[in-house]
Amino acid sequence: MHAIPKAKVQVDNLRTFYGAKEVHHGISFHIERNEIFAIIGPAQSGKTTLLRAINRTFEFTAGTRMTGTINVDGEDVKKVRDVYGLRRKIGMVAPLPVGLPLTIYDNVAFAPRSSGVTEKSFLDAHVEKCLRQAALWDEVKDRLDSLGTKLSGGQQQRLTIARALSHEPEILCLDEFSIAIDPVTTMRIEDVLKELKKEMTIILVTNLVQQARRLAARTMFLWNGDIIELDTNEVMFSEGTKDQRTRDYVNGIFG
Amino acid sequence: MFVETPFVRKKHRREILAKCVFGAMALAMVIPLVLIIGYLVFKAAPLLSWDFLTSNPTNGMRKGGIWSALLGTIYLVVISLCISAPIGVLAAVYLNEYARENWFTRIVNLAVVNLAGVPSIVHALFGLGAFVLFAGMGRSILAASLTLAIMTMPVIIASTREALASVPVSFREACWNVGASRWQTIKAVVLPNSISGILTGVILQVSRTAGETAPIMFTGAVFYRNIAEGNLFAYGIKDQCMALSMHLYTVTTQVTNAPDALPYAIAVVLLGTVLLVNATAIVFRVYLRSRKKW
Repeated sequence: MHAIPKAKVQVDNLRTFYGAKEVHHGISFHIERNEIFAIIGPAQSGKTTLLRAINRTFEFTAGTRMTGTINVDGEDVKKVRDVYGLRRKIGMVAPLPVGLPLTIYDNVAFAPRSSGVTEKSFLDAHVEKCLRQAALWDEVKDRLDSLGTKLSGGQQQRLTIARALSHEPEILCLDEFSIAIDPVTTMRIEDVLKELKKEMTIILVTNLVQQARRLAARTMFLWNGDIIELDTNEVMFSEGTKDQRTRDYVNGIFG
Repeated sequence: MFVETPFVRKKHRREILAKCVFGAMALAMVIPLVLIIGYLVFKAAPLLSWDFLTSNPTNGMRKGGIWSALLGTIYLVVISLCISAPIGVLAAVYLNEYARENWFTRIVNLAVVNLAGVPSIVHALFGLGAFVLFAGMGRSILAASLTLAIMTMPVIIASTREALASVPVSFREACWNVGASRWQTIKAVVLPNSISGILTGVILQVSRTAGETAPIMFTGAVFYRNIAEGNLFAYGIKDQCMALSMHLYTVTTQVTNAPDALPYAIAVVLLGTVLLVNATAIVFRVYLRSRKKW
């Protein structure tokens, strides 16, 4: 018998609502420390909403509410007093790259600065470290003071990842990060993720079933706000899935 | 292979027709402006001079210049915008960036929309009651400026909200995601990228403030006042003042035997002042646009 590791993220009976429309119908699952956890499922199945509920940006949308609990490190996110601290613990990468209309340097230095860091030497080193982690440093090291918005799409997505890493998160959420970038860059970022797994927990929302298969240890199939199946990749991508729908979706014959 | 079918020819003809019609309408916009300015300047020509700008009216408005009216208008515009711009912009930031959809914001929105639709003469009566009489300011530059400020504030709120809303939500979300507060987000990303739009909205109110007669008629503007010529600080805030819009109105309707060119000259100065401010604003905006970052 081996000890069950304490979950990094524990979701219990989560229901979310946009107005009267229920998005998640009471889902429960957990995410382990330092694993890559993939969430697959068609559009409108509640993948992005789930991420937004975890870092509590969900509540910025008018008319939303949620019931059930989400625990991050055993702490209920609804009861977190320092919500900015919670969000710093969670790095978030949106589907489309968002280069803030600031310089490349300021894009990455924004997070530490907004938590009160002003020391130039620390920021310099930190910006370099994050850009290196995101595999962008070599391309931009000579033009850190040019605008982040002037970068190409793939570079901006890596800048977005660098920014998500800049507040030293323990959980990195990637929401379909590869839809706006080319396959070569995608592969480079996937390599980066494999490295980052040693340091943090990664939640990978993806439309690319094969990406989930390549990277994740476990995959969750979410459909219309319900968990259809959640298991290790060996099971999810085999003929032995419990649910026929999982097999169909994974094999691309979902009707 | 390209084949010129009747349909392609028709499509082509319609495209040319559409372009010509739209272009002609755009050109038509220029004609009134050129005619108005040309006509005004032509009629005003005999009176226009530096002396006309810098000397007080004399001889029952029939001689002299318009200095006290010009300076009065500048006072009213500057003071009223100093009041309405900060309040309007900050209120708009609250409404657009902080407020949630609830009964409070609905009431504020309703107030803004209705206030923007109130005729200026009603603002004048409100200013008379609230500032001149109730607050005991008397008829003064202060009371008139406050009345004008109340009139322009809702429009500034609306235009500022428009400018703020043009900054993509994804920028804000990116900032929130890294643990920035709303104020940090506003300061770093939202305001720098909407400031040119905000300024445009504010500057547009200059012409409105300078041109309105009704709100200042009961609250601070007078028929005639003599002030030190060439002194920019000739008015005090509690003084009554002359104003170009009001002056134009009185000269055309109340003064007999005024020179024919006088109303036109006043109009040219009023128009020139507004165009000057707008031109400055456009230059400033082009400068800010060139620094726009996405």
